[in-house]
Amino acid sequence: MPWNRNELAMRAAKELRDGFYVNLGIGIPTLVANYIPAGMKVVLQSENGMLGMGPFPLEGEEDPDLINAGKQTITELPMSAYFSSSDSFGMIRGGHINLSVLGAMEVSEKGDLANWMVPGKMVKGMGGAMDLVAGVKKTVVVMEHTAKDGSHKFKPKCELPLTGANVVDMLITDLAVFSRPTRSADFELIEMAPGVTLEEIKSKTSARFVTR
Amino acid sequence: MSVSKVFPDAASALKGVVRDGITIMSGGFGLCGIPENLILALRDSGVKGLTVVSNNAGVDGFGLGILLKTRQIKKMISSYVGENQEFERQYLSGELELEFNPQGTLAERIRAGGAGIYGFYTRTGAGTLVAEGKESRVVNGDTYVLETGLVADISMVKAWKGDTEGNLIYRKTARNFNPMMATASSMTIAEVEELVEPGQLEPDQIHTPGIFVKRIVRGASYEKRIENRTVRKRTA
Repeated sequence: MPWNRNELAMRAAKELRDGFYVNLGIGIPTLVANYIPAGMKVVLQSENGMLGMGPFPLEGEEDPDLINAGKQTITELPMSAYFSSSDSFGMIRGGHINLSVLGAMEVSEKGDLANWMVPGKMVKGMGGAMDLVAGVKKTVVVMEHTAKDGSHKFKPKCELPLTGANVVDMLITDLAVFSRPTRSADFELIEMAPGVTLEEIKSKTSARFVTR
Repeated sequence: MSVSKVFPDAASALKGVVRDGITIMSGGFGLCGIPENLILALRDSGVKGLTVVSNNAGVDGFGLGILLKTRQIKKMISSYVGENQEFERQYLSGELELEFNPQGTLAERIRAGGAGIYGFYTRTGAGTLVAEGKESRVVNGDTYVLETGLVADISMVKAWKGDTEGNLIYRKTARNFNPMMATASSMTIAEVEELVEPGQLEPDQIHTPGIFVKRIVRGASYEKRIENRTVRKRTA
């Protein structure tokens, strides 16, 4: 059984550590916030200018001056801080954020990431993704293992325009988890979803990876 | 008799400084912290051929979407423009130019422009389309791309409170790009929800010192539209 969206988020949440400052992307990465282990202190950064993102507001308590990077209404916490976009990306580029979780369209065996542009289609923009992967200490990518038509997404080389070159440290798909200790190492298959076989993973992956 | 920075309304605050073909910075992230009143006054001024620097392009019918609808914008410099059908139509038909900057690079280009810094080297975008045609250098094995500072003819910013000297205080995440944009033009026009006399803002709390602000106006009204209302259900 491949992992579902919530299970993917749950698996990504295992990469959280006490005291971490974390930036979560839009989509499945946002769900990671629901699985922060009890008793662990994790501070969520929102790149539009906030540290200490709280939960969605109660109905009637929405504040138009308080949104996250997905433009959703949110709330503040007692420890929250607000700052400008340049301070925000100073934190991001300057290596002060411990972990970033992002979605992807393609990941290469060298850790290249493509998640912002499909040539020929309307491009919405990269937002803060290029800054995040360039500056955050550890980048975890969460994505479906293959595209809807079955084509491979974890491959030798990205075909789509890159968001960052050699920036991915861990890849969590609905079938498996791949990790590498350094950015010059190969990805290693470290976990498989229940019932998923190595043969299935190999048949759906054209990227080179090592097994234990 | 010194010249007052205070203007009675957004239209008069734009008078004499807007003209066709200029570059305008417009603060805000999504629809949060945008200069609503100045955008409307800019529409009414009828100027066209504008280059607009703003993280986003508003939505259909609100924010910068208003100026797209009236075809007053020739070019956008932004990081993300996802929520705007009219934008997409004009872009795909070639009527509108678009320059994407990574969000952090955009923020830093504006900060640098305002601070008199020609350019800076950043890892952001190295090895991607963003780096094409730009100078780069390798330091300790990492590739850095040269990005240049950005300035505008006019900056339109939105703050929560301001005083008649142009000192500004922003509120929550409505701060975003406003403080940098306030520094990056020689004609920064601020609109505020509350305009007070000097001495009524705590000097230690001021985010943008008045030196950067040439004109200030109290916004006539604020819709503060929410783009993506998301709530928790109350439990009994």
